[in-house]
Amino acid sequence: MSEITSLDPRITRAMIPESHDSTPLSGNELFETYEVLHQAKTGGRHTHVGSVHAPNAEMAYLFAKEQYGRRMTTTSIWVVRTTDIFTTDGADEPELYATAPSADKDYRNANAWKVRDKIDRYKKEQNV
Amino acid sequence: MYGNAYIGDTPKNDAHFQEDPQKLAEFEAKIERGEKIEPHDWMPREYRRQLVRMIEQHAHSEIIGALPEGTWVTRAPGFRRKLALLAKVQDEVGHAQLLYNAAETLGKPREEMLNDLISGKSKYSNIFNYPALTWADSAVIAWLVDAGAIINQVANSKGSYAPYCRALERICQEESFHLKYGYENAVTLATGTAKQREMLQEALNRWWIPMMHFFGPPDKMSVHTEKLMKWKVKMASNDDMRQQFLTMYVPKIWELGLTVPDEKLRKNEAGKWEYTEPDWAEFVRVINGDGPCNKERIAVRNMAHERGAWVRRALMKPSAKVVAPLS
Repeated sequence: MSEITSLDPRITRAMIPESHDSTPLSGNELFETYEVLHQAKTGGRHTHVGSVHAPNAEMAYLFAKEQYGRRMTTTSIWVVRTTDIFTTDGADEPELYATAPSADKDYRNANAWKVRDKIDRYKKEQNV
Repeated sequence: MYGNAYIGDTPKNDAHFQEDPQKLAEFEAKIERGEKIEPHDWMPREYRRQLVRMIEQHAHSEIIGALPEGTWVTRAPGFRRKLALLAKVQDEVGHAQLLYNAAETLGKPREEMLNDLISGKSKYSNIFNYPALTWADSAVIAWLVDAGAIINQVANSKGSYAPYCRALERICQEESFHLKYGYENAVTLATGTAKQREMLQEALNRWWIPMMHFFGPPDKMSVHTEKLMKWKVKMASNDDMRQQFLTMYVPKIWELGLTVPDEKLRKNEAGKWEYTEPDWAEFVRVINGDGPCNKERIAVRNMAHERGAWVRRALMKPSAKVVAPLS
């Protein structure tokens, strides 16, 4: 059986057969996913930046350093298994989130509390 | 590095599947307002299918795209350039990881995507089926192919599917180093000895047609574009991106005293570039497997897959539950 001859000497050296059999990857052969949180400098927040596939947390951390710490400054990285994160199901709970910043809850906003008019009126009445 | 989602669009049987008209209208209004779609939001089947196809092809293009450039890693001229080329190749593989993640959020497992790459069921950017014959070819790839990829990726980063946009923003930041690195390599050759200039001109001549193919067939030959543009899956037409590339890079090529191997190439009074249509039959032929390097590219990918199998199996936990990444 003949082998691939390449312009890339590394490929020629690898003696790769020209026609090949391939065993497809099975269901979870590329492991679970871990979500990655990254802090770019001390004092900053850890921000979710993406995920990696890994067989355990230690390797997830290793891949996360390579993938998300390679090109920017990094002070800290966290990894957490995707299945351990409990999340919102957006479709089920739209109202809760829709009403939070709305007008009928304006008593929670700093700018809903106005005093200047009252103070001015008071001063005028007192003639100060 | 990637051109465009032009490859292998064969609508499935459910292309005529009727979506719930109210949900569809809400979905389209949301996109119209400039809002993004997250993985758990409702989306039409066709939107999901097109995005998986496009993001998956993009991911495959990144890992296969590392191979033509990798050709010159062992013989880069000087240690600094060798380090830079290694870093660039590593970035491309990192981009594939980001993109596979984005595609996985739409429900296609990574295992299936990689199986489809090796079996030939899913495609990658056609340009990587051509060889990098000399060091100058690697300079032309890093400069012009990455330039073309940036044009496409910047456009798509304004699209509607949030995980793809997030991946592309990060990718574009990294690609800017590739472009500058490639440009510097090309300028070094162009301003060097007669032999170096000749080498660069020959590489440019070789890559011109693949580069014209890169953005995909002319708009008049493309199908389905209208709906994909409305859904902000596709953000710019193939011809528009090709024009943008010519506007940005032909002057830079001419500035170096190099020529473009197309006698018809010129900017007309309306500001549009006129050029010879590249041979689109060749484009189709190469996509379908008959290019100079198709066989080698897939064989190398399969070698990594087969020879790495024992490591994967040693680490595998049969109990691991596979879910899509969060975002």
